Amino acid sequence: MAVRTEPFVLNMGPVHPSTHGVFRMRATLDGEVVIDIEPVFGYLHRGIEKLAEQRTYTGITPLTDRLDYISSMSNNLAYCLAVEKLAGIKVPERAEYIRVIMAELQRIAALLIAVGAFLNDCGAYFTPFLYMFRERERIVDLFEMVSGQRLTYNYMRAGGVSQDLPEEFMPALRKFMDMMPRFMDEYDRLLMQNEILIARAKGVGILTGEQAINCSVSGPVLRASGVNWDIRKADPYSIYDQFDFDIPTQATGDCYDRYRQRVEEMRQSLRIIRQAMEQLPSGPVRAELPQLIRPPTGEAYARIEAPKGELGFYLVSDNSIAPYRCHIRPPSLINLTALRDMVRGWKVADLIIIFGSIDITVGEIDR
Amino acid sequence: MTIPLSGKDVASKIEEKFPGSVVESSQDNLVVKGNFLLDAARFLRDTEGLDLDFLNFVTAVDYYDHFEVVYWLSSLEHNHSLTIKARCYDRENPVLPSVVGLWQGADLQEREIFDLFGIKFEDHPNMKRIFLWEGFAGHPLRKDFI
Repeated sequence: MAVRTEPFVLNMGPVHPSTHGVFRMRATLDGEVVIDIEPVFGYLHRGIEKLAEQRTYTGITPLTDRLDYISSMSNNLAYCLAVEKLAGIKVPERAEYIRVIMAELQRIAALLIAVGAFLNDCGAYFTPFLYMFRERERIVDLFEMVSGQRLTYNYMRAGGVSQDLPEEFMPALRKFMDMMPRFMDEYDRLLMQNEILIARAKGVGILTGEQAINCSVSGPVLRASGVNWDIRKADPYSIYDQFDFDIPTQATGDCYDRYRQRVEEMRQSLRIIRQAMEQLPSGPVRAELPQLIRPPTGEAYARIEAPKGELGFYLVSDNSIAPYRCHIRPPSLINLTALRDMVRGWKVADLIIIFGSIDITVGEIDR
Repeated sequence: MTIPLSGKDVASKIEEKFPGSVVESSQDNLVVKGNFLLDAARFLRDTEGLDLDFLNFVTAVDYYDHFEVVYWLSSLEHNHSLTIKARCYDRENPVLPSVVGLWQGADLQEREIFDLFGIKFEDHPNMKRIFLWEGFAGHPLRKDFI
């Protein structure tokens, strides 16, 4: 007699260590195989876009810290670029260099967490994660020197940065730059050829380049699928066109490739920081601006290559001191569009690592 | 550098193919009628030379008397971009066609617009609220919400 079977729904989250925040997945399973998935979110929705409509242009910067809270510097930068584009503000050269140094340090810090959390999901519970945190800690120390904060930095302003680098910053940064490549080699020795990691991640959750483009996926996930697209090169903002760096890409677009992609991107970030340190000019770090910025009527969209992908701000101005509309293009939310295609047909254990390999922050999804 | 395409040039191409579809156009602005949106979008994606295959984002803006839905498109091959807009004048029951069939990336974003602005996208596979719960009164990003 044949056993009668039927698909069942498994609810994962919202509070679950592998969901990286308050995020829920409703997975429909056939035995252990995932046949459908629906991401459910909104548990962290604070209405940042609505709040922004009642604040001055300067007052919105601290709100952006709270989007993707593990890469606040990048969020600050994207927002400030949008305001500068809208109001036609010119940024002093030294501030541009400081911004690039901060954005790239932030990229390394965020990618360290991404890689560490991914290895966590693979089952290497917390050992690699703590190694990654050890290095991230040094970057956070650097950020604390310049901004006084360790998570929500609120360091950049429209027209520059809030204050110049303190005296002790450059020596500390130099020390970090000497150390970091050694640590990266150490990770590679430990992990790149690790048999368990390869068995768990290679060939799992493949996302093709066409699918990725159709789903508007951006950032390391897109490049791991073989698409050579990085906004720092394709649509250079700030002073990225003055630096010499490569855009690594991978071939297959599986979980292992996404892991590898992130590791290689960290090395490129180090290259950029090194060049920016050498060329750092002296001068003012903030443009002379009125207390309240009042951009002309119009709209502007500015985007950056954030650690997770294309982060953009679409601002509409009605010539008042607050934006008429402030839309945030969140890479975490849009990259999730591809999740369904990636997990179908894989087992529950694979679902966890495929989801981990996308690298999301719920603060940015829910806003 | 990503080159923004001229709204005027693209508008004349769309108008040639679908007469009466363009509402207004200028160098950096292109507004099409809602009932022609899907045709125009398919044209932009599939025409050689335009190849706008990447939908960067979709969002809406509330202008009190109408909603404007903004589509920011780009082509990874040619590295150019275009903003195309469509308007809804009905506040009670605003409806536009969904572009999910063309760019899957619109899926979650159209749900977000539905949730926060109340604009319904026809033929969307899963048109329901995304951040707020079922039964939440009103749509917060509308200007008359508070």
